[in-house]
Amino acid sequence: MLPYVLKRFAVAILVAITVSMITFSMIYLSGDPALALAGETATEADIENIRRVYGYDRPIVVQYLDWLYRAVQGDFGQSHYLKKPVSEVIFERLPTTMLLGFCALVFALTLSIPLGVLAAIRPNSMIDRVALTIAVVGQAMPSFWFALIMMLWLGIYWRLLPVTGTDSWANFVMPSIALGYYITPAVMRLTRAGMLEVLSTDYIRTARAKGLRPMTVLFKHALRNAIIPVVSLAAVQFGFMLGGSIVIETIFAINGLGFLAWESIQRADLPMMQAIVLVLSIFYIVLTFLADMLNAWLDPRIRVG
Amino acid sequence: MTERILEVEGLSVDIPVPAGMLHPVQDLSFHVDRGETLAIVGESGCGKSLTSLALMDLLPSRATRRASKLALDGQDLTGLSERQMSDLRGNRMSMIFQEPMTSLNPAYTIGDQLIEALRRHRGVTVGEARDRAVWLLEKVGITAARERLRQYPHQLSGGLRQRVMIAMALMCGPDLIIADEPTTALDVTIQAQILHLLADLQREFRTGLILITHDLGVVARVADRVAVMYAGQFVEEGTALQIFQAPTHPYTQGLLNCIPVPGKTARGAHLGTIPGIVPSLVGRMPGCHFAERCRYVTDACRADAIALRDATEPGHRYRCVLSPEETAAHNQMETAQ
Amino acid sequence: MAVNDISPGAPDMEPSPRALLRRRVFHHAGLVIGASVLITIVLMALLAPYIAPHDPLDQVLDRRLIPPIWFDSDKATWTFPLGTDHFGRDYLSRLIWGARISLMIGVSAMLISGVIGTTIGVLAGYFGGRVDMVANFIITTRLSMPVVLVALAVVSMVGSSLTVVIWVLGLLIWDRFAVVMRSATMQVRNLDFVASAQALGCSTARIVLSEILPNVANHLIVVATIEMAHAILLEAALSFLGLGVQPPEPSWGLMISEAKGLMFFDAWLIAIPGTALFLLVLSINLLGDGLRDVTAPDGRN
Repeated sequence: MLPYVLKRFAVAILVAITVSMITFSMIYLSGDPALALAGETATEADIENIRRVYGYDRPIVVQYLDWLYRAVQGDFGQSHYLKKPVSEVIFERLPTTMLLGFCALVFALTLSIPLGVLAAIRPNSMIDRVALTIAVVGQAMPSFWFALIMMLWLGIYWRLLPVTGTDSWANFVMPSIALGYYITPAVMRLTRAGMLEVLSTDYIRTARAKGLRPMTVLFKHALRNAIIPVVSLAAVQFGFMLGGSIVIETIFAINGLGFLAWESIQRADLPMMQAIVLVLSIFYIVLTFLADMLNAWLDPRIRVG
Repeated sequence: MTERILEVEGLSVDIPVPAGMLHPVQDLSFHVDRGETLAIVGESGCGKSLTSLALMDLLPSRATRRASKLALDGQDLTGLSERQMSDLRGNRMSMIFQEPMTSLNPAYTIGDQLIEALRRHRGVTVGEARDRAVWLLEKVGITAARERLRQYPHQLSGGLRQRVMIAMALMCGPDLIIADEPTTALDVTIQAQILHLLADLQREFRTGLILITHDLGVVARVADRVAVMYAGQFVEEGTALQIFQAPTHPYTQGLLNCIPVPGKTARGAHLGTIPGIVPSLVGRMPGCHFAERCRYVTDACRADAIALRDATEPGHRYRCVLSPEETAAHNQMETAQ
Repeated sequence: MAVNDISPGAPDMEPSPRALLRRRVFHHAGLVIGASVLITIVLMALLAPYIAPHDPLDQVLDRRLIPPIWFDSDKATWTFPLGTDHFGRDYLSRLIWGARISLMIGVSAMLISGVIGTTIGVLAGYFGGRVDMVANFIITTRLSMPVVLVALAVVSMVGSSLTVVIWVLGLLIWDRFAVVMRSATMQVRNLDFVASAQALGCSTARIVLSEILPNVANHLIVVATIEMAHAILLEAALSFLGLGVQPPEPSWGLMISEAKGLMFFDAWLIAIPGTALFLLVLSINLLGDGLRDVTAPDGRN
């Protein structure tokens, strides 16, 4: 187990470093960052001044290492627009996004895993068709459009839920569904395929030949094995969801990281954008690393190798 | 004194396929006594594995089973619900499968998998179940049994896993064990060990054993009685002695001619082969199923269904239009060539 | 062997593989529906200049917000079957021209990502070892960067235009191509005909092009449909957030975005482009699923 953990950890660190380089170089995408900062009316001297103040006159490697050194310590610099430390703003907003992501994940998993299991137990039955329809429709529905439609019906026509804001739990219902249904098709398909595959294995036949109760066969013997790939997928999808939360948070005006990202993009607040991209990427890396560990624990072939 | 453990009459399996109805198992009748080994022999695809699954009621969901009589120790199995049937499986009748590498769940320790049937059927404590598992693992020749309980299937070799499977089948002290090609996936040296182990345990515990195999060498060593299966039907049945000494059906003869006999088969001599392919079992098939591959085929073979008939000795029956003397004469000519 | 050589099991009239495939294609409801809808939308896009009743950019302020024809309103008119938006532009014409943008972005981004992903995947699967390790690393790195966020950030810095959106999406969504092509190539690579081609001394390039690619083509087509749909949805999301296709171009995502403020009064303004988007993506997905079922012998089950 330990060599496996160490190897995964090393890869995760390498990926994180690569991501940090890409994120850092983003500021050079629009050309000279000093020029972009200075604005159109700036004189040559102003630009030169900004270059010196922000350190853009140093070699790029030095700039990167300096940025990385600070970033590791949690210092992402000052927001150009808010005039506050970037990390402070991010850690204010992060919990909201995490909560939203968590609710969305719970919604998605409680819908997709039971549906996938039921569909696999009775292939081509009514429930299988319903599950397939949900998957096909879900994959084709633009999430922002779905969010607006929900807002219209649940929020305006029927007045069941608040439309925007983050005041109570009710505010999180629609965004969680909008964000969560987005990953439901993939998780459900994988659960169904995994269950179908596992249910046709020899060891399930053995379990049935032992006279075990159907529920024991299904949950103890089948689901335990079918769930292993679903864990990885759920981690990956959770990462995607945090990325996708920018759309949903913007629509529902939820004061999370996604909304902050959108605001920062509108304001051309480079350090803030960089930091958000980096934080979400690192979060994704940590998440997949943890999923690998959970997988190893679930699968004795990795754990006791 | 014999005691009927299993009685089967008119067992058939039907599977709907796009081309019609497939009949992989057709009207089988047989019985197994306590302490007796019945070997069902046939080439792959003859329906022998489906027969074993049909007995356990573990057929794939599309397949249907029919039988005029199916009784385990006098108890009728045909009308049982899935729940009642699962009370018997692993308890009164258990099964050993062909593939020890894939027949154990990779996610659980072998201890966990050994004790669950006993816990389910007898409601014993974990400790008691574990003690029996250890005792049985030692019986099947596994050393350091108590430590093995904590191991996962992937940590064991194929031979060890099959021993675990055998121990698992014995956990509840069943009346009947069905072993479907239990040694096919193993090395030749391990095959013999496993086979002898199975035969010894079966004698010791006085269970009935149905041994399903394509390997006549295996049959010769352990079977009391033999049923030869071809294309869904029994074509010959009798004691092991009768089958090996006086094979009467041309198919049985052909099978036996495929095996070299030390001291009898000359070096460089031709081993027999049976030409042709097994017929499709879709739809109704009149006449003898073996007709297309048989050397002695006549028009009479294709006319009507052929019933099992008695050979010269009692208990020895075969399914052919020729008399025992005729087929024996043919066979002598054949081996003389 | 036997006197009579008519084997009872021999099927005497086996249909040709091509006929069988044709039958499978036309008996697959999802595939037929998906293909029909997609062909309709493609034709709509191609023939936009001829079938659009009005200029999609033509603003006439005194004909603003005419409701679609099925509304029970005095203003509804067959001149504007789907009504007009808040600038008085014909909604049907914008919808027809919008199909062009969606399809163009979908196809172009899919082609770019397909080339990148297939190259990485096939190289990784074919050579294995270190090449595979590096490829895996690149894929993992790419996956850890959130697509929507990076796309938005890049577009905002480089400046948004159709070309920029296509390239940004194309450069971002190749991961699935790489992952699928990698495993497909690995499977094909171990088959005997590849070994025999190597034994015959064929060059690596030749083996990859003439032995590997044709045998992973079915996977490639399926991923291509998935990624095309993905790109279309991403473009719509970018345009919806104001960083994709820029006004006054008639992108469906942008149409929804522009109508957002009015949706509480005139819900049809978002319903129409949203439905179009949904149908387009649905048809592409149905086509992809259908192709997978038809080309894989075992199908869905």
